[in-house]
Amino acid sequence: MTPFRYEKPVNTGQAIEICRHAPAASYLAGGTNLVDLMRETIERPQTLVDVSGLSCAIQESGDGGLLIGAGVKNTAVAAHRTVRERFPLLAEAIVSGASGQIRNMASVGGNILQRTRCYYFYDGTSRCNKREPGAGCDALQGYNPNHAILGASKSCVATHPSDMCVALVALDATVHLEGPHGPRSIKLTELHRLPGDTPEIETELRPGDLITAVELRANRFAGRCSYRKVRDRSSFAFALVSVAAALELAGDGTIREARLALGGVAHKPWRARAAEAALAGATPTEAHFRKAADAELSAARALMHNAFKIELAKRVIVGSFVALAQSRGSA
Amino acid sequence: MHFTINGRSYDAELDIRISLLDLLRDNLGLTGTKKGCNQGACGACTVLVGGERIISCLALAVQYQNREITTIEGLGSPDALHPLQQAFIEHDGFQCGYCTPGQICSAVGLARELAVGVPTILTSNLATGAIDLTDEEVRERMSGNLCRCGAHNGIIDAVLKYLRSAPEIGVTR
Repeated sequence: MTPFRYEKPVNTGQAIEICRHAPAASYLAGGTNLVDLMRETIERPQTLVDVSGLSCAIQESGDGGLLIGAGVKNTAVAAHRTVRERFPLLAEAIVSGASGQIRNMASVGGNILQRTRCYYFYDGTSRCNKREPGAGCDALQGYNPNHAILGASKSCVATHPSDMCVALVALDATVHLEGPHGPRSIKLTELHRLPGDTPEIETELRPGDLITAVELRANRFAGRCSYRKVRDRSSFAFALVSVAAALELAGDGTIREARLALGGVAHKPWRARAAEAALAGATPTEAHFRKAADAELSAARALMHNAFKIELAKRVIVGSFVALAQSRGSA
Repeated sequence: MHFTINGRSYDAELDIRISLLDLLRDNLGLTGTKKGCNQGACGACTVLVGGERIISCLALAVQYQNREITTIEGLGSPDALHPLQQAFIEHDGFQCGYCTPGQICSAVGLARELAVGVPTILTSNLATGAIDLTDEEVRERMSGNLCRCGAHNGIIDAVLKYLRSAPEIGVTR
């Protein structure tokens, strides 16, 4: 680990101010990803601005919405009564990730900004365009069962590892930021980038930007939503494929609105808009769900070891929606 | 830096980069907490902070000043074992013993999470929060602690025995 200066600001404004003036500064929250990356010298911040303890509230935001502070621990979000009652998809996704210990440490903001678990990114002796732009990508022809099938490029086939974010994009969450140029907001679907030729640029954040909260608007999906995660072992592993699905049915039994997002398949949490569009107004039958899954995965491209993910994703999508359509739901 | 560990105060001049795990073991001689993977994958370094279980290998010590830290040394003594330590003996919850301090600290933290209703992926109804204290539920909650011997079934039995007899948890099964 390279040496760093440690700063502990007392509020968000001070954190941004320190970050603006310090060279090569990083915000630090729970540390479960950053400390690991610093130990591997993949991250080499010269200043750590400790924002743990800031933005730690979960508040009602009016009209049934919820404002979740970026500093809230993952466990606290999943255990929060309003989250469980009105946004069970989010609670389910969070408890699908990591371990009890890590969920106690990890913050909401850090979960969003965690970096890929691509082995070649972690291994300093491999070529990685994300670590060293222009170096090449050893995952492309390497061992790549965990890698992307959607939205990848010749520069990078890494995936975003978060479960929480998959639920959040399905719920159309907004991310609130503060930074050197004032506050702004961005949809989580727009925050992460696809790799293209610049996989080292992972988000739309500007230097010094700090995520302060995630906002969820009221929705009608609480009775029919699920997070299904497929992985190599039944707990404490990253997703091969995960599916956040939600359905709202109209009075005549047709689909008023479907929401779908996929994890483990792309450089960002993947909002499946083609599938959603295919389902709007359709009857909730297995055939229609299969057609929607086919529509979403028609753009999928397999690498040497991950072709299985394409059919796996389709099956988990269909299985999720069939179960949601058959469930009693809630009024 | 200033720390409170097992009820005792410690002051130390430290490299800012030191992890809570290395502080405990190398600087303070509290070697009950073990270093396994040192990258957050095995749980051998689990300790309690304010009653919550965390992994100390990915914790920068500087962030845990002035918090109430509890390690395995603070849970029981040879003359007065913690009920979980007793349960591990009764259920053959260890062979080599290397993961044991982490397993026990983790289970103590788990008990508190159960008491306040923290759900898992097995919680059938997230809205009502009812938790069935089954073998599977305990395996899920203990998945952050690996055992490389053949003791895992004994560990789960010991934790279940403890949880079912611990009055503060408020779970009847």
